[in-house]
Amino acid sequence: MSEVSGSGVAIVGIGMHRFGRTEGVSGRAQAVHAARAALADAGLKFSDMQFGFGGSHSAGDADTLVSELGLTGLPFINVANGCATGGSALIAADAAIRSGQHDVGIVIGFDKHPRGAFNTDPAEHGIGAWYGETGLMVTTQFFGLKIKRYLYEHGIAPGVLATIAEKAFRNGARNPMAWRRKEIDAAEIAAAPMISHPLTQYMYCSPAEGAVALVLCRADKARGYTEHPVFLQGAAFRSRRYGSFEVFSPWTAAERAGSPTAEAAAAAFAAAGIAPSEVDVAQIQDTESGAELMHTAETGLCAHGEQEELIASGATAIEGRLPVNTDGGCLANGEPIGASGLRQVYENVLQLRGGAGEHQVPGDPRVGFTHVYGAPGISACTVLTR
Amino acid sequence: MIAGKTTVDDALFVETAEGPALLGSRCTDCAAHTFPRQGGCPRCTGSAMEDVPLSRTGTLWSWTVQGFRPKPPYTGTESYEPYGVGYVELPGQLIVETRLVETDPERLEIGMPVEMVLTPFRDDQHGWPVHTFAFVSSKPGASDV
Repeated sequence: MSEVSGSGVAIVGIGMHRFGRTEGVSGRAQAVHAARAALADAGLKFSDMQFGFGGSHSAGDADTLVSELGLTGLPFINVANGCATGGSALIAADAAIRSGQHDVGIVIGFDKHPRGAFNTDPAEHGIGAWYGETGLMVTTQFFGLKIKRYLYEHGIAPGVLATIAEKAFRNGARNPMAWRRKEIDAAEIAAAPMISHPLTQYMYCSPAEGAVALVLCRADKARGYTEHPVFLQGAAFRSRRYGSFEVFSPWTAAERAGSPTAEAAAAAFAAAGIAPSEVDVAQIQDTESGAELMHTAETGLCAHGEQEELIASGATAIEGRLPVNTDGGCLANGEPIGASGLRQVYENVLQLRGGAGEHQVPGDPRVGFTHVYGAPGISACTVLTR
Repeated sequence: MIAGKTTVDDALFVETAEGPALLGSRCTDCAAHTFPRQGGCPRCTGSAMEDVPLSRTGTLWSWTVQGFRPKPPYTGTESYEPYGVGYVELPGQLIVETRLVETDPERLEIGMPVEMVLTPFRDDQHGWPVHTFAFVSSKPGASDV
């Protein structure tokens, strides 16, 4: 893929505050850390930024970060889209640059969640109080229900779920920025306490903390800021259709439909003019092992049912032909909701620059893909090239 | 009160000749169903919905067992735990999320016939049970509530 010109969009700076638990450092402070790192990476100052988009779920409003970063008068718009907050902020930035409205700006995602599973108020989702009171509004439980049905429909044995988590922790152990850096073997993962059948404790990610910032600019100006720009060739966001099976659904239609993941991925690939078969490295939403299994097929990277063989053969490992979640994914990094989608982009930029060190994908990868998924049935995907 | 029992939300239910049923909506234009009842049709985007009792019987579409005590807004009482959760396909209508009476993974199977019951999930401040809907195996000889 050659460099796009004119209205294309490039990522010229990346910054991260390490994911996990950082006692005594607020989510906002982690965001400022990530923003300064991204600006330094691009050789720019906050006063050079013409716009900002950002968000967090539990750590405050992104637009208030200007009190620390600089009161420059820029339009800074808060984004709140659950697990797709980072992806949505990135899509907004993409549109701002692609439209010609702005030349350069920043996207910031950050979060800091309390320990334990998320507790969500049904009223925020337009659902009656009974849904929460009777114990149905539990994300971990939904993921068990969803993967149970998926394994049944595609004739996949549940053993693959432990293999996926094992890979995540193996990759995390090679990533100095990951939260969980200890390898856990598949047998121990499978034998861990059952959270929601068929998913055990080590197959789920945990709410966490962290921040990521990206500096984006017009593609034709990218080489003025960096020797190794990464181009955002396609970015798309979709919500659910009638008949897709999504988290926080008191009911779903008997008539089945494609998922927001499948539609967002197809739109991102179409915008990029790149086929899923051309992807060299992919970061896929792995809230739990089953999510990686389902999403690898829903995004078009493989056929439904093909994952079992792909995963067992090592094809999705860092050295495999389709490396997935090379930084350890949500399983090894945790899920600070506002930052999680941008972590995936950060990782792909590192990979495409050849700067991922111990977890670098061999063979000079050229095409990266990212995918986030979340409540209440939303997905955002990107296709990146160098 | 529904069928003489206190429930978490009476608006979820309707009494029928066969016993209590879930109360849903049906679009008079495209026949899509929803649960609970709502005013807009998520399928055709219209707003011509009518109340309809949902089927009291169906087949298990997916299932799991809740392995830990959820945080609030869950209000269940410990003596009613653990609890099963599933999606049940109601023929010609929709697939509804529900608690399951059965909690043994060995006794749950996608495709098994199930029927709706009222099941206690918490005790009120006087110690009286509050009920919600659940589905239970309708195979002859299966354990009942």
